[in-house]
Amino acid sequence: MSFTEVLLMMFGAILVENFIFSKFYGCCPFLGVSEKPGTALGMGMAVTFVMTISSAVTWAVYYLLLKPFGLEYLKTVAFILVIAALVQFIEMFLRKFVPALYSAMGIFLPLITTNCAVLGAALVNIQNGYDFIGSVCYGFAAAIGFTLAIVIFAGLRSRIDYDAAPRAFRGFPLTLIAAGLLAMAFAGFSGVNFS
Amino acid sequence: MTFKSIAKQFKDGIIDNNPVLIQLLGMCPTLATTTSVSNAIGMGLAATAVLICSNVLISLLRKFIPKQVRIAAFIVIISGFVTAVELLIKAFFFELYGSLGLFIPLIVVNCIILARAEAFASKNPVLPSAIDGLSMGLGFTFALVLIATVREILGNGTFLGFSLFGENYSPAIIFILPAGAFLTLGFIVAAVQALKNRADDKNNARAAAEEILAHEAEKTKEQDK
Repeated sequence: MSFTEVLLMMFGAILVENFIFSKFYGCCPFLGVSEKPGTALGMGMAVTFVMTISSAVTWAVYYLLLKPFGLEYLKTVAFILVIAALVQFIEMFLRKFVPALYSAMGIFLPLITTNCAVLGAALVNIQNGYDFIGSVCYGFAAAIGFTLAIVIFAGLRSRIDYDAAPRAFRGFPLTLIAAGLLAMAFAGFSGVNFS
Repeated sequence: MTFKSIAKQFKDGIIDNNPVLIQLLGMCPTLATTTSVSNAIGMGLAATAVLICSNVLISLLRKFIPKQVRIAAFIVIISGFVTAVELLIKAFFFELYGSLGLFIPLIVVNCIILARAEAFASKNPVLPSAIDGLSMGLGFTFALVLIATVREILGNGTFLGFSLFGENYSPAIIFILPAGAFLTLGFIVAAVQALKNRADDKNNARAAAEEILAHEAEKTKEQDK
């Protein structure tokens, strides 16, 4: 992929095809860990870190290990195992060597194994046939899109808590409706087309 | 196992403890695959099949899986069944395979399945685990179909592909867009909470009334003395 292609793909992955507002990958942490902008940023950082690395590793596993042996149908099993092991490894590495980073995003790392955004990015890379550089950039850009969405949403949510809402709407329903309104804003990007 | 306990498990999975509407789990497939009722049924049944199989196998292996690595073991078992279901859907329902897309392999990370494995199947015998898988899966399917019905009728003017309002109806397209998914689910969960609040209020009022009556009865008893 050429430089311009990669750049346009990254822009598309962040805004036009935002992981949360257009593909719905990673909605669980988006709705669960978005009460405060600070924690949301920590979660976004952890996802960005893991997704960039896992995009590279799953690309290598698929094209160097599964494809030569004709085992493409095992990609779901292989990817989820690789991601689980990778997350565990990153957690141990950060705790030992980069304690500052670990204290910022350590508690979010175990949650990421079952985050569909990470597995989703790995599968999209294979489905779209990106090369190695493309896969890493796509994983990074998609995670930046996720971080952008979750941080904006956490800002919105910290306001909702002070509003007087009907009893039935308090809590989760109002969160979902706020997410719907934010999704409408992001839908404005859907007309953007570069090709 | 008695008939009564089985019936209770079903009521628990589909209504009282519905995985989507009450426990609020599995949001990604719920929001993404409810653009049409047929997609919702397909997604719900695929997840149900995986849930039953994984619950049965995990329940059979519950005494052999070491506690420290149980989550990893569960994920391997679940992803194996998901791959099997994915290949079956690709072979027999290719249209559904196209419209659900990546959400079939992503059943692996559906929190409902891992939650049932951890909370139920790893602690209970095979038969209750199978029934638990079936009832939770049906609860998931029921919630998906409910959301998809609203979205398909409002956003597309159809139900299961059949046109409902004739040619001149212009659908509110927003409901089949991502924003509509969040809005519809928000309103449905609010309705569920309103029903729950009303039931709670009724119970509280009844309890309070009973307390007052008992108090009164005691008072009259004392006066009689």
